[in-house]
Amino acid sequence: MTAESAESESAEPVGGTEPAEAAESAERAEHSKSAESAERAEPTEPASPSKVVHGPRRPGIPALEARGLVKHFPMHSGIGRGQVVHAVEDISMVLPAGTVTAVVGESGSGKSTLARLLTGLIKPTGGQVLLDGEPVGTGARARRKYTSSVHLVLQDPFSSLNSVHTVRYHLERPLKLHTKLGRAERAERMRQLLERVSLTPAQDYLDKYPHELSGGQRQRVAIARGLAVGPRVLLADEPVSMLDVSIRLGVLNLLDDLRSGENLATMYVTHDIASARYLADCIVVMYAGQVVESGPATQITDNPAHPYTQLLLSAAPDPARAETPVLRGRGAPPSLVNPPAGCRFHPRCPFAMKVCAVRSPEPRPVGEDHVSACWLHASELDDDQREPLSATATGPAIGTATAATVAAQAESADGATDAN
Amino acid sequence: MADPVLEVRGLCVDYGLGAEAVRAVTDADLVLRRGEVLGIAGESGSGKSTLAYALTRLLRAPGVITGGDVVFHSRSAETGEVTEVDLLAADGHQLRRYRWSEIAVVFQSAMHALNPVARVENQLTDVLRVHRPEMSAEQRRARAVEMLRMVGINADRLRSYPHELSGGMRQRVMIAMALILQPQIVIMDEPTTALDVVTQREILEELMALRDKLGFAVIFITHDLSLLIELADSIAIMYAGRIVERARAAELFHAPRHPYSLGLLSSFPSLHGERVRMEGIPGSPPSLAAMPDGCKFHPRCPYAMDRCRTQEPPLTRLTDDGGVGGEGGDRVTACWLHDGRQDPPEPLGRAFPLLASPPAPRPGDLSRSTS
Repeated sequence: MTAESAESESAEPVGGTEPAEAAESAERAEHSKSAESAERAEPTEPASPSKVVHGPRRPGIPALEARGLVKHFPMHSGIGRGQVVHAVEDISMVLPAGTVTAVVGESGSGKSTLARLLTGLIKPTGGQVLLDGEPVGTGARARRKYTSSVHLVLQDPFSSLNSVHTVRYHLERPLKLHTKLGRAERAERMRQLLERVSLTPAQDYLDKYPHELSGGQRQRVAIARGLAVGPRVLLADEPVSMLDVSIRLGVLNLLDDLRSGENLATMYVTHDIASARYLADCIVVMYAGQVVESGPATQITDNPAHPYTQLLLSAAPDPARAETPVLRGRGAPPSLVNPPAGCRFHPRCPFAMKVCAVRSPEPRPVGEDHVSACWLHASELDDDQREPLSATATGPAIGTATAATVAAQAESADGATDAN
Repeated sequence: MADPVLEVRGLCVDYGLGAEAVRAVTDADLVLRRGEVLGIAGESGSGKSTLAYALTRLLRAPGVITGGDVVFHSRSAETGEVTEVDLLAADGHQLRRYRWSEIAVVFQSAMHALNPVARVENQLTDVLRVHRPEMSAEQRRARAVEMLRMVGINADRLRSYPHELSGGMRQRVMIAMALILQPQIVIMDEPTTALDVVTQREILEELMALRDKLGFAVIFITHDLSLLIELADSIAIMYAGRIVERARAAELFHAPRHPYSLGLLSSFPSLHGERVRMEGIPGSPPSLAAMPDGCKFHPRCPYAMDRCRTQEPPLTRLTDDGGVGGEGGDRVTACWLHDGRQDPPEPLGRAFPLLASPPAPRPGDLSRSTS
């Protein structure tokens, strides 16, 4: 039902603003109807997860695997009551041991929701999570085993540590909960942990309170806590975005060392594509709850295939760039209550074609281990489907069409003024 | 070169009084030229925001300005006549005349800077009501609409409250508010730090277009040096309350002279080329209460010499030392490596313009190869 209402809402404003194209928009609506029946089952049906699995390719069983993860948050109050927020849609990815996978996207792209789904802190609407190839159970025992293997490092070290407890408390608690170590062994283990995150001598830090530490030191304590019970998967949700420039690199290098030293499978969630390139083996680009592109890190940044990745790269600060950057697309991400029909990026996409507004593109291989979900890579389209959207509706009209579909807060003026 | 619009000489700012006082800004010298974007970069706690608030006299207790001059060369829009105003000596009445109408500020957190219970319209026209009492209500409204349109917001947003706007729009409203009286200087304190990269780029593009149109000068404060190099005309790097290097943006990027500038540059991973392990800057900035002797950067500096531990290097002009290009003329740095007694290490002695063709290699001396 939701998909249907999104369909009609997004199709109408285009026709409304361009009366001359009314016939075409009717035709498009028909297209969408026929395409819809085929698609309706796809996004919400966990039984048929998409065939493409994102993440680094390594032989053997990955440490953590997500199969067709879907998360829809129901809205309990306010204007959208009874509707759902489509936060994560059908994502399959693997996190093999000894690799770093970066998940990149704007705020609201669902990247943090994905990380929380993988920790088990929130329950997926559909799909499943597999640890070492085994589905994660729901009982208390299975849950405890899972939490000792998968750990989360949060963005803000100022609020993720409890300010009334010392570093010792933060590190000792997971050891007490998950291990049978004695007091002396715990003390030894804590010392090792602090040394591993370069907080030496450990004695100086054990009895400090979070407010006595700098931001970088706090984030190191948070990482040490994450490593306390020897997890095999570390989920780092924007671990450096709150830190000062000179400290960021230290934390990134620490994650790099843990990859090789501890053979950790790391997921690094970030909005900074340059740091993702620096650290990660594989970059997964998310937009509006879906993966739009994934592949080896340098390949993604050097040869981005999806227009959204190109937009992110064109917006990223780059001092080595000689010419003035040309922003490839504008505006803000769509509301995830009524996401745009077809490709969710099409209202912002400078290359949008007719087919993009109607049918959602499947991920296709565009290189070695490199997939991109974009109709531009499809060869089976006919000329009518390839017709650019911007030819039927010029710049400002696209802007207003977008504005109609996104929530009230969206930056409605962008498209209109930028075209002036 | 354009005329200066703001000159800062030897500005010192303390926090606290008497024996408890710590010095947050020491002997800051800056020249902002008409229509120029001057970037100030540094880690948190380097005094960059304190400097900006001091020169607008917005500094709150316990901050005290303890020395120096801030001269504002005000050019009248009608006559083109330039009058010199000593901002540090100005009384409340004078400050009222220049604040916002000639020198405006865009603060970091637009959510906190905007009044949450007032509509955008009231907040914009309020400025006009105070500074342009001769304007009628319709004129004020028309001006507010014009400003919003200029920053890319529809007029129907006038009736909105700040919480109804997205982060990018709030920041745009702040920029509109700063420009509504056509100031000569706009000071921006981390204006886009809280925004997504795409929104950040859009706002900066709009800002630069407005600068070209209206001709105001910008002081842009940020910790994101990679952004600043793209944006600014000239850049001042601050460390521990001191300006340690001042250069044109391209010169700073391709040929930094101070080890701290080099360290900052190698703290930002590149989007191009080989992936190399970068080490950034070891350690953390000193506390204001316990400054090291000599050069304040020496405990973290890979090139520190004996002299650096005892004597503080003055900010000196780089013109005639061998190897260092004399074409800048405007370049200053505070580092003993450039006193002419020794050749500076290779990464700090690169000539500019580079002989090699772009893309230029990242300053990679602190790096070693990895995976």
